[in-house]
Amino acid sequence: MTQGTGTVDVAPRTGGAPSGAAGAVGAGPGPQQLRRNDTWRVSLRRHWRLYTFVILPVLFLLVFRYVPMIGNVIAFRRYRPGGSMFGDEWVGFYYFQMFIQSKPFWDVFWNTVILGGLTLLVCFPLPIILALLLNELRSRTFKRVVQTITYLPHFMSIVIVAGMVFQLTAINGSVNQLIEAFGGEAIPFMQRADWFRPIYLTSEVWQTVGWGTILYLAALTTIDDQLYEAARIDGANRWQQTWHITLPGIRPTMMVLLILNIGTFMAVGFEKVLLLYNPLTYDTADVLSTYLYRVGIGEGGNYSFAAAIGLFEALIGVALVVTANQISKRAVGASLW
Amino acid sequence: MVTTNTPDITAVRTTTTTVRDTPGYRAFRIANAFLLVVITFLTLYPFLNMVAKAFSSQAYIAAGEVNLWPRGFNLTTFASVMGDSIFWVNYRNTVVYTLLATLIAMALTTTFAYALSKPYLKGRGVLVGLAMVTMLYAGGLIPNYLLIDALGFKNTIWAIVVPGAINVFNLLVMKSFFDNFPRELEEAAEIDGMSQYGVFFRIVLPLSKAVIATMTLFYAVQFWNSWFQAYLYLNDRDMYPVTLYLRNLLAAATSTTDLGSDTVQIQANVQSVAMLLTVLPIVCVYPFIQKYFVSGVMLGSVKG
Repeated sequence: MTQGTGTVDVAPRTGGAPSGAAGAVGAGPGPQQLRRNDTWRVSLRRHWRLYTFVILPVLFLLVFRYVPMIGNVIAFRRYRPGGSMFGDEWVGFYYFQMFIQSKPFWDVFWNTVILGGLTLLVCFPLPIILALLLNELRSRTFKRVVQTITYLPHFMSIVIVAGMVFQLTAINGSVNQLIEAFGGEAIPFMQRADWFRPIYLTSEVWQTVGWGTILYLAALTTIDDQLYEAARIDGANRWQQTWHITLPGIRPTMMVLLILNIGTFMAVGFEKVLLLYNPLTYDTADVLSTYLYRVGIGEGGNYSFAAAIGLFEALIGVALVVTANQISKRAVGASLW
Repeated sequence: MVTTNTPDITAVRTTTTTVRDTPGYRAFRIANAFLLVVITFLTLYPFLNMVAKAFSSQAYIAAGEVNLWPRGFNLTTFASVMGDSIFWVNYRNTVVYTLLATLIAMALTTTFAYALSKPYLKGRGVLVGLAMVTMLYAGGLIPNYLLIDALGFKNTIWAIVVPGAINVFNLLVMKSFFDNFPRELEEAAEIDGMSQYGVFFRIVLPLSKAVIATMTLFYAVQFWNSWFQAYLYLNDRDMYPVTLYLRNLLAAATSTTDLGSDTVQIQANVQSVAMLLTVLPIVCVYPFIQKYFVSGVMLGSVKG
């Protein structure tokens, strides 16, 4: 929060600056240069117009991003309907104990870990493979057509994706037609808990893999052709070239994306799960974010309890990113910061 | 116009030497091309199926006979969805929300990114940090909900168009663009007596059309597609965006436990039409804007 306080003192001073500084600016400041030693007073007088650009965005961030962060104190305070959004009385770790001791919490916790883990396992490597396959193409037109089409799902609303999933998996949908064509029995997919994970993963692959290739393809263009040339002269075949030149070439990109993926691990597709699941599939589909949504806003109205779970989930997320970042920094020298 | 340099990822590698492919590699290339055709087809399939169902009659869908092509071609479903006045009210809402939210977002993001790109802005490091922290850690669902409630934004347009205003990723993309904006242009204008406002509005913005177009599209698609904010904060059916209209159609269809019943089939028909009309604007402009998106993503990956 130290950064937060630092900014708080920018805003009032900025607000006061314009009237006092107007005369000085009228005198005509020269070209603006980097002067690290300018005091706040000088800087504000010379650049007050620039500071006016900052006021609204900073206010926005403070109100809509930082107030909710502070608002998490209701995890430690009892919330009374109609009362303060920061709660009314301290209850310490009451709500944390409450969820840690509840069985439904641990069910959804493990569901989250499993669904997040599977998503990471499937949706992280597939874009790399697709990018490598695209990289072997020699027809520019063909490559561009494949790229254009596989990027498209990324632009679809989650509601549309959910709608497509419902239609394809419906009892008379295409998937069941295929099953019946091979002599199988139609399956009511969306009502079967054991089918939820495969369906969720498939829709996730469909929507993210094509778009996920972009950064890898960009990294691939930076690999020096001479490396391949040299490898060929040394007698390396295509597979060896891929293994020893291409993959190391895109490793920094891989690491950065892996860290980002690990960071969103606990927040697995909340909106998509919310659209796709139903009471029949809660056993496998219900994850932390949907569970806390239900107990908090959907049916329960137990804001403090839900906020405690949300805070727990977010802290795990932060811890995962920081850890992954440190490990990656040590091991391969690639990191987010 | 100042343009952004991003690698051309549609380019194919050209070999300078005349090395013959080994038979094994030639086999791989054929298999690869085949695989990519299959992947492309599978990606397109849900769209094709949606279009086919939108034009099909209920009887054929119920019998499970609609896949790639419409069966029992008809336009009555279109007529009935388009005849639903609430659909058009919601559709118009989506347009209004998207325009207003994008406008607010662009105003805040552009000015903030520009200010943050100036090395002489004292306190810049703190401000960048202030924005970046929100990428790592966000308040979460419940505190956000209580905030919107406390602000009195519930069931108002503000709950939809304000909270998404600064996407930090977009902010950093714009900042890195402005970081590389030629200093000389701005200095020349300042020497001619232009104020910082003049420089920004008359020199910088007109020369940044490419990045502004890209970011506008990023935001517009995001707001067009969003549904959850509306689901959470709006109670009034007349205020719903079309995505929420669609979500309620889906929910109505799946809450029927007997998936074989007639109501569901009607829904499948109607759903497809509503889905088609919702994605249509995006699919129509997509081929033209795709390259902006791609360059935007790559710009964002450039550190700094």
